[in-house]
Amino acid sequence: MRNPQLSADGELTHLLTLEGLPAEVIVRILDTAVPFTSIAERDVKKVPLLRGRSVFNLFFENSTRTRTTFEIAAKRLSADVINLNIGFSSTSKGETLLDTVDNLVAMNADMFVVRHSQSGAPHLIAAHLNRTGRSHVHVVNAGDGRHQHPTQGLLDLFTIRHYKKGFRALTVAVVGDVMHSRVARSLIHGLTTLGTPEVRAIGPKTLLPTDLQALGVQVHHDMRAGLAGCDVVVMLRLQNERMKGALLPSVGEYFKHYGLTPEKLALAKPDAIVMHPGPMNRGVEIDSAVADGDRSVILPQVTFGIAVRMAVMSILAGN
Amino acid sequence: MGPHGEERRELKLEIRNGRVIDPRHGIDRVATLYVAAGRVAALGAAPSGWSANRTIDATGLVVCPGLIDLSARLREPGFEYKATLESEMRAAVAGGVTSLACPPDTDPPLDEPGLVEMLKYRARSLDQAHVYPIGALTLGLQGAELTEMGELTEAGCVAFSQAEAPLTDTGVLLRAMQYAATFGHRVWLRPQDPYLAKGGIAHDGEVATRLGLAAIPPAAETIALATIFALVRLTGVHVHLCRISTAEGVAMVRAAKAGGLPVTCDVAIHHLHLCDVDIGWFDAQCRLIPPLRGTRDRAALRAGLCDGTIDLVCSDHTPVDDDAKQLPFGEAEPGATGLELLLPLALKWAAKDKVPLPEALARITSRPAEVLRSPAGHLGVGAPADVCLFDAGVLWRVEPAALASQGKNTPFLGLEVPGKVRMTIVGGHVVHEESTCWE
Repeated sequence: MRNPQLSADGELTHLLTLEGLPAEVIVRILDTAVPFTSIAERDVKKVPLLRGRSVFNLFFENSTRTRTTFEIAAKRLSADVINLNIGFSSTSKGETLLDTVDNLVAMNADMFVVRHSQSGAPHLIAAHLNRTGRSHVHVVNAGDGRHQHPTQGLLDLFTIRHYKKGFRALTVAVVGDVMHSRVARSLIHGLTTLGTPEVRAIGPKTLLPTDLQALGVQVHHDMRAGLAGCDVVVMLRLQNERMKGALLPSVGEYFKHYGLTPEKLALAKPDAIVMHPGPMNRGVEIDSAVADGDRSVILPQVTFGIAVRMAVMSILAGN
Repeated sequence: MGPHGEERRELKLEIRNGRVIDPRHGIDRVATLYVAAGRVAALGAAPSGWSANRTIDATGLVVCPGLIDLSARLREPGFEYKATLESEMRAAVAGGVTSLACPPDTDPPLDEPGLVEMLKYRARSLDQAHVYPIGALTLGLQGAELTEMGELTEAGCVAFSQAEAPLTDTGVLLRAMQYAATFGHRVWLRPQDPYLAKGGIAHDGEVATRLGLAAIPPAAETIALATIFALVRLTGVHVHLCRISTAEGVAMVRAAKAGGLPVTCDVAIHHLHLCDVDIGWFDAQCRLIPPLRGTRDRAALRAGLCDGTIDLVCSDHTPVDDDAKQLPFGEAEPGATGLELLLPLALKWAAKDKVPLPEALARITSRPAEVLRSPAGHLGVGAPADVCLFDAGVLWRVEPAALASQGKNTPFLGLEVPGKVRMTIVGGHVVHEESTCWE
């Protein structure tokens, strides 16, 4: 089965996953995002690329931050933005996911930004639109279950390229709850596609999925060994509900082993940058001294995130 | 509605010149089969004074015992919107299946005699395949209190099972097996540790990791197998292991059988052909229970079926309505339609693994008959005249319109499969026939 995000001639129809997305498509998105970073610095923070288009933020899982960044990106492209918070499950209100989509298409939606708690939900929507001859309505995955968060992956790639000027000589470490992280899955595929020679995943065995090596990463359980010589350190958020129980005994023990402190960061390269997809848990996965330190690029990530999302929407809309 | 018993007994069929394959008796030759009074009357030479009511030219067709499917969900009672007894019984005979066992996970579950009698009565009135209900092992499949196995057996249950409902309390499992052993009841179990399987929807491997799907490790099966084997040793009860799915599980069953444990084992037809990679981009048709596992597991299942570690293959027929499949992978209802694909997919396995046709047919006729303790499953003189006539050489495309089942949900949609059933006979009565081929 072909990935429904690419048309038969290889054009990006939807953005669902970074897995299998050709390097040239990724680079094109990153290149397109560059000029958008300066729009935010203008007095009039708008370009007319999506004027008259309707972007529906279709959030089946709550997320103020991600929804807001997509909303800002769409508005800066002059699109009309409609926010729909549908709750955590498509089935909870009796209407199926695809019925919801069909109704919104009937309202002449041009693009859906979809977040869903189930892995693969945006694929289902995209495949449904393709199958019913409506692939002119685009789907952007804004996070599906544990699967992918491709615009986050792209903004991470953009940030790394911005500070490190390329990928082909880098060592990148992704630290923490890879098991449940769609951010990690997107970034790992993006990094390997762009030729990053060494991608490491660091975490306890309870938070690393089976056969992670098959994705092209080296697995480390000792954070100190894993950080040695790294150019980029990406810290993952630890969800509240996973901080104690059968996956981890306590926040304190987690921080001791896998929290990023200045002392541990010193094992990475002197010019290593520190990233985090947010929202951060200070004192759980990251020490404030690091989060606010001069190596942290966590706030620039947020700024770049808007430019990258503008680039994705703009390319999908045919610009 | 077919003819009633009296008429049927008078019916005499002469099925001429087919390739008669009777795995139990080692028969594989072109011959004429004679059916009278609902039973096999003779093979080869006609009985004395023979005159047929109907002669069927089976030239070029295989004539074999009707298929016996050890797991087919008919969705009654409780799930008539997914399928009805009428639709699924039509699907059964269209697939050459003349006897089927249905698991107790109906709504309500088959845990009291009245429900079983109603199901048997409804099935009998349709006058098609024989239905063998599997009773619930515990009340409401809740895993706490035993059902009245004796009463249920009298009502028609042939074994007792938890279907897919977890039995977390090993103490209850032990008591259920002891009680069943006391009276010679058989227990069917799908080996799965409920804790390791909790929330899981895919095999624990690279595919689940890539797609971000909650995983079920092979240890969920092997731990349950170890528990079951220990309790079989303790109680002596005969256990039929349902839907084995892992290479490690196959190896454990092989060792248990070599050690003389009274266990038999089946695999679902899908798991012989598919693996987790087939999920592709979240294809909900591949959402099955147990989950499709890795290529190594699939190879072990095929080898296990070939060497007899796995006794038989079943369809694990589970009709699901389209709406329940048009959902994200994790929310989609598990299961696939299978009654009409059991024969084609068994033939496909046999062709690929170079298993002789009689050997392949044994795994869907005589061997499941032994597990069911059914008098059918062979074509010896006096056997119930449950017969399937099929064209082994035909390829056909699996499409919704080609399936009689109300469930059109199968990972094989759009694919070509070998083997088309031309006629199905139950108790000497033709219950399915392809209209075009007898002109």
